[in-house]
Amino acid sequence: MNMDREAGKGLPLVHRMRPFLEIQDLHVAYHSRAGRDVPALAGVTFEVQAGEILGVLGESGSGKSTLAAALLRLLPANGKIQKGAVRFEGQDLLPAKPPELEKIRGGRIAIIFQEPSMALHPTIRVGKQISDVVAAHEAIRGCALREKTLRVLTTVFPAEAQRVSESYPHQLSGGQRQRVLMAQAIACSPSLVIADEPTASLDPSTQEEILSLFRTLRQKLNLAMILITHNPAILAGLADRILVLYAGRVAEIGPTEEVLTLPRHPYTRALLECLPPRIEEELFHRKAKLTVIPGDSPNMARVVNGCQFGPRCIDRMDVCTAIEPAEVTFSDRHAVSCFKYGG
Amino acid sequence: MLFRCENDQPLLRAENLEKRYKRADALDSKEEVAALSEVSFSIFPRTTLALVGESGSGKSTLALCLACLERPTSGNIWFGEREVTALNEKELRAIRPQIQLVFQDPASSLNPGWTALEIVSEPLLVQQRLGKQARRAKAHALLEQVGIPAEKASKRPGIFSGGQRQRLAIARALALEPKVLILDEALSALDCSVQAQIVNLLLELQTSLGLTYLFISHDFAMAAHLSDQIAVMHQGRIVETGSVETVVHAPKHTVTQRLITAAMGSPALPYPPKVA
Repeated sequence: MNMDREAGKGLPLVHRMRPFLEIQDLHVAYHSRAGRDVPALAGVTFEVQAGEILGVLGESGSGKSTLAAALLRLLPANGKIQKGAVRFEGQDLLPAKPPELEKIRGGRIAIIFQEPSMALHPTIRVGKQISDVVAAHEAIRGCALREKTLRVLTTVFPAEAQRVSESYPHQLSGGQRQRVLMAQAIACSPSLVIADEPTASLDPSTQEEILSLFRTLRQKLNLAMILITHNPAILAGLADRILVLYAGRVAEIGPTEEVLTLPRHPYTRALLECLPPRIEEELFHRKAKLTVIPGDSPNMARVVNGCQFGPRCIDRMDVCTAIEPAEVTFSDRHAVSCFKYGG
Repeated sequence: MLFRCENDQPLLRAENLEKRYKRADALDSKEEVAALSEVSFSIFPRTTLALVGESGSGKSTLALCLACLERPTSGNIWFGEREVTALNEKELRAIRPQIQLVFQDPASSLNPGWTALEIVSEPLLVQQRLGKQARRAKAHALLEQVGIPAEKASKRPGIFSGGQRQRLAIARALALEPKVLILDEALSALDCSVQAQIVNLLLELQTSLGLTYLFISHDFAMAAHLSDQIAVMHQGRIVETGSVETVVHAPKHTVTQRLITAAMGSPALPYPPKVA
């Protein structure tokens, strides 16, 4: 894998200028038992730069987990990519054959799932679970493999790599198991890590520990990350840019601070206004009703005409129920799909 | 403090609670782990006490002891005038309906094969309250009270959204007209916009039914918003307790300070963000 990237350096400049990861008009649908295709992603387009952390913010049913699975073609049997393109380091992933995909998965793109206790085998020692990943991608065995495993573990457990290596998952805490998953992910020096709700089951201080590990590893290894979450708090101190997903579409994408403090899309704004007040302001607002978004979360089985957020939007106009808004660009890095800004 | 009168007695009071468990990985050894030590506090009627702390600090063990589902190793719990730690199993059965629990994951705390109506009726059936007709009417009323549309009464939880499932769990907890609801991470699995809806429901129910809440959470900001008093747990002990104002503005223990700092975001980008 390293070799591939080394080789990339020799490419003509035009090649190297192409985005590191490019997703274009991605459509994914699930075939329901009723025999219908229920859309999950309906035209998702975005880019990720090398070494960048992109936060994907979405609530249940927004399609965020589908997005993670679709990028690595790990959709369940009834899930189908209907349309679109995923280009990673110049390679088109959607037509790639299974043997090519196997090289990419865990090699150049790694994925971390939500529940660390489910993602690890309960009766295999942690060290072995990491060396299995290395052995699947690199031709090293025996002593060299053990050394490499320990080296990988040391990046996430500087003080106790040996002990962790000999442990079973149940002997580790939730935060430690999450670190093991991170070690597994970076074992073969990928250039992109996709993490789907990596801290959802952790308490805030452990969560903060894991997030700062992400920060360190990104710097050390120049990793790009796609961090998928329903919790804006996780993205605030970590992501370079935030993509807000609603009903399988990109509502807004832009630099973290801009999206969080100057949200342009009515949905982003409504979502942030649902949060409880800042702790230091609790004196004045304690036990006050919180702002809610009217209406129900989107139901992808029922098609809405026009903008998907339309039925819940306080800024709704006539045009919103007629056609879907197009993307409006504010700066070269901030774009919104909303008629308020022309659409 | 809100709602509290001079002559109010605590509704739920714990004194010097201790709970020890045998270590699960040492079957033959006598080694024990202290899940709770020297835990004392009071909750006053119609107020909310938040119990915050990291995973493994003993929050859920305390909840189980208060709900009379675990017996503390030593110490006393009073529910109103009655000392529940002195009661036998039969007497406890009469106390339990008064203190009900709502858990984190509604998906795993609701029977997937039952309809919403059956789920909400079950506590009434178990306690043999009301006849068949009255039970049905009460169950419908409960569903309405938590905002579940009438046409969903005959549906199973599988088709409900996360927020609706949590509403269903709250309706079931309310069926026996309890005085106290223990909310054990009841918001943690929900999306932010759904959390706000459930928070508003809990606030409404507290006012309309005069409920007393024990709100267990690792989300300090939410705990501060919903509660009158905060107790911070660490390694089985309550390390700091007081009104929300005092704990937030003058936190004394390092654990409290750490939890508050973690909830406030970075100085460069405070959290929740100030939306312009």
